[in-house]
Formats: sequence, C-alpha cells, structure tokens
Amino acid sequence: MDTNSKLTLNLKVWRQKNGSAKGKLADYKLTDVSTHMSFLEMLDVLNEQLIKQGEDPVEFDNDCREGICGMCSLVINGVAHGQESSTATCQLHMRKFNDGDTITIEPWRSKAFPVIKDLVVDRTAFDQIISAGGYTSCRVGSAADANSLLIPKDMAEKAMDAAACIGCGACVAACPNGSASLFVAAKIAQFSYLPQGKAERKKRVLNMVGKMDDLGFGDCSNHGECEAACPKEISITHIAIMRKEYVKAAFS
Amino acid sequence: MKLDSKIPDGPLAEKWDKHKFDMKLVNPANRRKYTILVVGTGLAGGSAAATLGELGYNVKSFCIQDSPRRAHSIAAQGGINAAKNYSNDGDSVWRLFYDTIKGGDYRAREANVHRLAELSVNIIDQCVAQGVPFAREYGGQLDNRSFGGAQVSRTFYARGQTGQQLLLGAYGSMMRQVDEGRVMMYARREMLDLVVVDGKARGIIVRNLINGKIESYSGDAVLLCTGGYGNVFYLSTNAKNSNATAAWRCYKKGAAFGNPCYTQIHPTCIPQSGDYQGKLTLMSESLRNDGRVWVPKNKGDKRAPDQIPEVERDYYLERKYPSFGNLVPRDVASRNAKAVCDEGRGVGETGLAVYLDFSDSIQRLGEADIKEKYGNLFDMYERITGDNPYQTPMRIYPAVHYTMGGLWVDYNLMSTIPGLFVLGEANFSDHGANRLGASALMQGLADGYFVIPYTLADYLATNTFSKITEDQKEFTAATQEAKSQITKLLSINGKKTVTEFHRELGKIMWDHVGMARNEKGLKYALKEIPKLRDEFWQNVMIPRDGDSLNKNLEFAGRVADFLELGELMARDALLRNESCGGHFREEFQTPEGEAKRDDKKFTYVAAWEYAGKDKKPILNKEPLKFENVHLSQRSYK
Ligand SMILES: Cc1cc2nc3c(=O)[nH]c(=O)nc-3n(C[C@H](O)[C@H](O)[C@H](O)COP(=O)(O)OP(=O)(O)OC[C@H]3O[C@@H](n4cnc5c(N)ncnc54)[C@H](O)[C@@H]3O)c2cc1C
Ligand code: SF4
Ligand code: FES
Repeated sequence: MDTNSKLTLNLKVWRQKNGSAKGKLADYKLTDVSTHMSFLEMLDVLNEQLIKQGEDPVEFDNDCREGICGMCSLVINGVAHGQESSTATCQLHMRKFNDGDTITIEPWRSKAFPVIKDLVVDRTAFDQIISAGGYTSCRVGSAADANSLLIPKDMAEKAMDAAACIGCGACVAACPNGSASLFVAAKIAQFSYLPQGKAERKKRVLNMVGKMDDLGFGDCSNHGECEAACPKEISITHIAIMRKEYVKAAFS
Repeated sequence: MKLDSKIPDGPLAEKWDKHKFDMKLVNPANRRKYTILVVGTGLAGGSAAATLGELGYNVKSFCIQDSPRRAHSIAAQGGINAAKNYSNDGDSVWRLFYDTIKGGDYRAREANVHRLAELSVNIIDQCVAQGVPFAREYGGQLDNRSFGGAQVSRTFYARGQTGQQLLLGAYGSMMRQVDEGRVMMYARREMLDLVVVDGKARGIIVRNLINGKIESYSGDAVLLCTGGYGNVFYLSTNAKNSNATAAWRCYKKGAAFGNPCYTQIHPTCIPQSGDYQGKLTLMSESLRNDGRVWVPKNKGDKRAPDQIPEVERDYYLERKYPSFGNLVPRDVASRNAKAVCDEGRGVGETGLAVYLDFSDSIQRLGEADIKEKYGNLFDMYERITGDNPYQTPMRIYPAVHYTMGGLWVDYNLMSTIPGLFVLGEANFSDHGANRLGASALMQGLADGYFVIPYTLADYLATNTFSKITEDQKEFTAATQEAKSQITKLLSINGKKTVTEFHRELGKIMWDHVGMARNEKGLKYALKEIPKLRDEFWQNVMIPRDGDSLNKNLEFAGRVADFLELGELMARDALLRNESCGGHFREEFQTPEGEAKRDDKKFTYVAAWEYAGKDKKPILNKEPLKFENVHLSQRSYK
C-alpha cells in the first residue's frame, strides 16, 4: 500500500478560446496535490481554483474516468495519454509524478481533429469512418440462434483484442503523419477474424480506408508511435492485416 | 392523473405475442414520413435508433458526448443475461422471469418482466450477428457465467468489457443507418426541454454544447433514452455526464416519475480515497464468483490481511447465506458490508472497506486462469489504488450504481405524455426495487431492438399528427425558457462552485437517502435539500461564458435539477414505510436484518406527478398484481 504524500506542480496548459483563435501555453502552480489523485482530479482541483479566482477553467473532455469511453484525450509532456503505458489519461494517477515536476498539457494535435476549445478536439471524423463500414449489415430480428455459429476460442479472443479499441484517437495524435491506421485496422481486423464479417469484407476495407484518406488523415509509414500510445494495447500487426485485406479487396 | 398500464390480457406467456398481433403497423412506404427524435445513444437509444432507421423511419439522434459510442453503457463490465440455457443447468424463460421478479422484491410488473425474459434470447442472437466477440469455449460455443442473485449460469460476457462490445454493436448498426441517410446524428447536444403540442410530445429543445446555441427539433414522437440519475449522489459509478435533466424536465412537463427512491448500491466498488474524488470505480461483481468477501472477526484489527490467520477472519456472506454465499444479490451484499464496517470491523485507512480475496481461487485455478477472466479489472484496480490484487486482497465498498426508479411508462414504454416513450435505465419499468446483475444491458437492448419498433408503430398508426414547425409558439416559448434559465445561472455570480453544491447535496443524499434510511434522516433531508437549493440559486458561481464550451454551465443546469429530484427521492422514501430491495428503511427489518416488505400497503408503483413550482407533488398509485408468482420473503440463505 503506497502512502499519501503531497506534490507541488508547475503546469503548462494549452489555452485556446475557440477553433479559430490562436492558443498558447499558460503557467499554473498547484500545491498540495495528493498522490492518490487521478490526473483528471488534479485538473478538477486546478479548475476549482481558477473559478474561484474569476478565471475561465480549463476545458477538457472526459466522461467514464475508467479508461473505457475514450473521451479523455490529453498530450502530457509530449506523449498522448502520458508516459505510463497502456493507460488512458483518466486512469493516470499522480503517484507517477514527483514533487516539483513541470507538466505540459496539450490537446491532440492533428489536421483531422481540430481544436474546439482548450484541450477539447473534434473527433467526429472517427464516426464517419465507422459509418463507412465498421459494422455487419444484419437486420434486427433476423439473426439465427447464437450457438449455430461456432467460433473457435482463439479467434474470438483475437477479435476481442482488436475490438477493445476505445476510439480515443491517441494513435492519430501520436503519429508523425497523423494517420488513423491503427484505429481503422482494429475494426477491420476484428471482422476479419469473425465469420460474421466475411460477407462485407471487401467493401468494408475499401470504404473505410477510402474514407480515412478523404478525411485528411495521413499515411502510415510504420513509425509504431500509435501502438506505443494506445491505451488498449492495440497491436500494430492489425495494420498488416488491414493492408492484406485491402490488397485482396482491391485486386480481386 | 389516470395511470393505465395497458397490460394485455391473456396468459402471462402469451401476452406479448398477442399484443404484437393486436397492434397496428405502419406501412413501409409511410415510415419515412415520420420523424422520431431519439435522445441518448446508449444501449437503449443506440439500438432504438438503429432499428427504427433500418425500418425506414426518419430518425434524429442526440447525445451529450462527442460521439454516440461514448454513452455510459460503454462502461458496463460484467455481462448480459439471457435465458438460453446453453449451460443446461435448468434455466428457462420462466426462471429468468422468476429470478427478476424475486430479485426486484416483488415490486415490478409481471407482464413487463416476462416479456424481458422472452426477448433476452433474441438479444444474444442479434449481438452475435453484429460481430460482438462474446467469450467462447474451446468448442466454439458461447461461454456463460453466473452472476449475483442467480444459481444458473446465464450471463454472456466479453471479457470485462461487455457493455463496450454491446454498445459498439449497436453503435455500428446505428452508424450504418447514418450512412444510409436514415439517422441524423447530433452529438454534443443536451436536451433541456420537451415540447408538447396539443397534448402530444412533438419536439425537444437542446443546447449545442460547442457554441451555446439553443436549437429546436420537431418530430412525431420522442424517445427518451437518457440513462439513470445516480449522480444525484455526487459520487457514484456513473460517468461524469450522466444526469437526470432530460427526464426531470419531462417530469415537469407532465410525465409521472416512478419509484424515485429505488436506488441500487453496488457492493464491489473501489473505496473513496479523498475529498477531491470525482467519481467512484466499480469492480464488476463477476469478481464475486471467484473472490471471497471477508473482514477480521475482531473490531479494530489493523493488521495487514496476510497477517490475519484464517480463524480470525469472518467470511460473513458465506456464513450468513450458505446457499448463495458471495453471490447474494447486490442489496444484500451492500448492506452487509456497511453493517460490518459500522461494527468497526472495516479495513483500510478509512475503515470503510471489506476485503475481496482471490488467494483461494488463484491457488485452485492458477494465476493464469484468474488473469484471463479478470485481468483488465485487476489492472484497473492496481492503477487506481497502487495495490496488486494478485498478491493482496482488494478493498471494496458499496457505491451508488443504478437507479431502478425513472419515468413511469406503460407496457408500451410510453410515459403519461402521449408520444413520449422512455427506454433503458431512464424508465422505471422492469427491475422493481432491486436490479439483478447483468439485467440492465438486457433491458436496454430489449427496449430498443425489440419492443419499441412495435409499440411506436402502433402509436403512430393510431394517432393523427398536425403539421408543426419549429417556429411555432410552443417551441419559441420553450426556447425562451431554456435561455432565461441559462441567463439566470450566469448572472448569479456567487461564491460557491457548482461542484461544491453538488458535493453537499451528495453528502445529504448518501447519509440520509442512501443505503439505509430512516424517518428522522429523511425528514432532515427534506428540510436540508430545499435550503441548499435556495442557496444554490443565490450563491452559485459559474464562469461566465454562455457562447462556447462551458462544462461548468452544463453541470450547473444538471445540479439544479438534482437539487429538485433529490427532494422527491426523499419524499418517496419517507412515504414507503417498508423495506424492499434497494430501499432499506431501518424501521422495517426482520430480526435477521433483512428487508421487511409490507405487501398489504405497498404493492404499488409510486408515480409522482408534478404540481407546479414549490407545490407538493401528487402521488398516484399503480397497484401491482401478482397472478403468477407467490409473494414471499426473499431468502438467500
Ligand atoms: C460501471 C457500471 C457497470 C455496469 N455493468 C453492468 C453490467 O455488467 N451488466 C448490466 O446489465 N448492467 C450494467 N450496468 C448498468 C448499465 O450499464 C446501464 O444501466 C445501462 O447501460 C444504461 O443504458 P441506457 O441506454 O439506458 O443509458 P446510457 O448508456 O447511460 O446512455 C445515456 C445516453 O443519453 C444521453 N443523454 C443523457 N442526458 C442527455 C440530455 N439531457 N440530452 C441529450 N442526451 C442525453 C447520453 O449522452 C447517452 O448517450 C453498469 C453500470 C455502471 C455504471
Ligand atoms: S487504436 Fe488505441 S489509440 Fe487508437 S483509437 Fe483505438 S484505443 Fe485509441
Ligand atoms: S474518461 Fe473515459 S476513457 Fe478516459
């Protein structure tokens, strides 16, 4: 059991009034930060102080605070979701920081994710990619008995590994090219493992990849930064699967 | 107000089929002429929007988050029930029905619950077809586990991320309809009011959370799928944006609120660590399958858990409930945890925690097996607490988790306002006074995929709809009202933040309208909440930017509503002079400390009707009739 101690932190936080305004880093000093706090609770404390001083609080996206909704999205000291591996921002705890640390907090930066305000960005491009093919077209009420389809355990597990993506966009933020390949590949790989995904296999990969290109995401050139930033350990091997699927679909 | 539950007649098991046949249909060519407003994109709203879009209706869908995929349903961990009997362990539609009625402590409608059990089997088929990667056995068949309150294995799951996978299935289906042009998605919108025209729900008023603009949308029916109101307690396992605002404003427009006091406290959450705490984290109760709950036998035993010998440990659930053991329903498990902590036998720094110990299971099954089942939950626990649960027992404590109460609906899921349907956690319908684990996901999807397509069609086919536009007086009046509330909030310029008020309300609620309630405490809450509300409207301090993203302003509106809802919850709890399920009144318990119902007086649904500002709400009663099950004292011994 770790014991509680208090930190003093120097924060540099990206402030930007709206999408068209110019932003800048603002400095804040925060004292008495408990090491039991989560990173977002630390920002809550900062915001309460700012409000009391009559200043505008820092806007940041978050919802579940359990690492599953994919809403939180901060670049912490230059790293999407911070240094701790396989951890979303909301699950990061202050015990990972030291007294006197300077922490820089910025929004996702990518052409396809414009800033809305402060640390909040617009990720609707991800929804558009999913609507281009991230599903099976099964009519409600028409499905056969669930056990009529046998899916080997290892295939189900692989599909689940891919399906674990929370759609946060850290992969895009981390990629030097701003590519959404890991996100798209995760969905395509999930369906490639499952018999349910077979019927629309070709159409899916062509449409989703096409949509990703249209929306201004960059190309993948195998940097691997996406995998390192991903809070759900989505493997970069899925991108290879996506490429294979794409080649198969485009040339057959 | 007249409450008509519209339960079809005929034998229980035939009601839904018969009703489906009796209901009117909407011709496929006519469906696109109807606009349906679906508020919320969780399992209930997402599945409804997908299904209605697929049927050809013109659907408009709204949510608070930046994407429909982030609705709070995403956080559900443990699983979803279905009476498939794949485990061949004696399950059936009847047993699921019976368990749900009994689990709800006989405070739910038989007909609704039976329909839910019937539809449960279709849900799993549908989700598998969507590619939901449920856990499988080596032979390729679906795997099941048992969950709190059940003696059969009927829970389907996808690791510890069942809600996520089910929601992504519904979201994918819904996005397919977005692509087809049948569903229009409006994200980052918050519904602030319902527009009623000629007595029918015909539109909504929303705030665009990015630019602060108030927008109006008209339609032929409104589906409210906005989730539960657990955040009235400030600390709960609900997501930060979960709120009661949409439902509450419908209540104020004439929709009755059913059983507001029925709150579920979940037994296995990570204990609070400090005042700064923003929310609580649930540890799926599937953990109770392999974890053993215990506290030291002796008061004030502060030794580390591994220093406490076996004979000095009290596995109190196993001791008191030999047949269900650690798998007793949530309300029973929660109350017992509170009781041992109140006795001074709680563990951890605060003494407000009990152990959930996996060492026996790890020894029996091996660490790899436990890791496969619960790996992500164990990781989550370690991240939050800094402790490794493979080596030392978890510390857990109950927390507010789910609200069984909600807007009153009839069998067709329609509220007391014609054309306003309520689905998922936002309605009161299927769980009585206590919900069994893995049943909320089932209900949300049953409502959205399989009930609403029929009952909505019947409503549309049997009513006429005047032509309306968004600039007519009902819309402009509601817009004006929404705007003036925002202006008012921004002009108060007081000294206390929204969070401070919310925290104070939460404390009153948890201490007096929480896990155990009594007359004195409830009366105290009824005095204190209005005081706090008055102070809020005079002293709240909100950053003054109404024209762009302003989370504090959003929360201010929600807290204002919680400050009214909290009072109604206390009122409802005070009136219900019995204990049932999650509603535990200390005055009414058996000698063993179990909930003691008063069936003669309280076998009814309390449906509260808004009577106007500062007026006492009116209580309407829907008597509950039990024709198929015998009311008995719940026993899990
Ligand atoms: C941590 C956790 C774990 C759980 N685990 C399980 C489990 O294992 N099994 C189980 O059966 N149940 C579980 N539950 C319960 C279950 O997840 C919920 O009851 C269920 O998902 C609710 O679904 P819903 O569609 O009704 O609402 P939600 O998923 O809460 O969705 C609400 C939607 O409404 C929108 N909304 C809300 N207010 C407004 C407004 N004013 N304007 C516009 N939009 C609005 C939101 O944006 C969101 O899209 C769990 C709950 C929690 C908290
Ligand atoms: S692949 Fe990983 S980083 Fe990218 S959106 Fe999914 S969870 Fe986030
Ligand atoms: S807030 Fe939901 S993943 Fe971080």
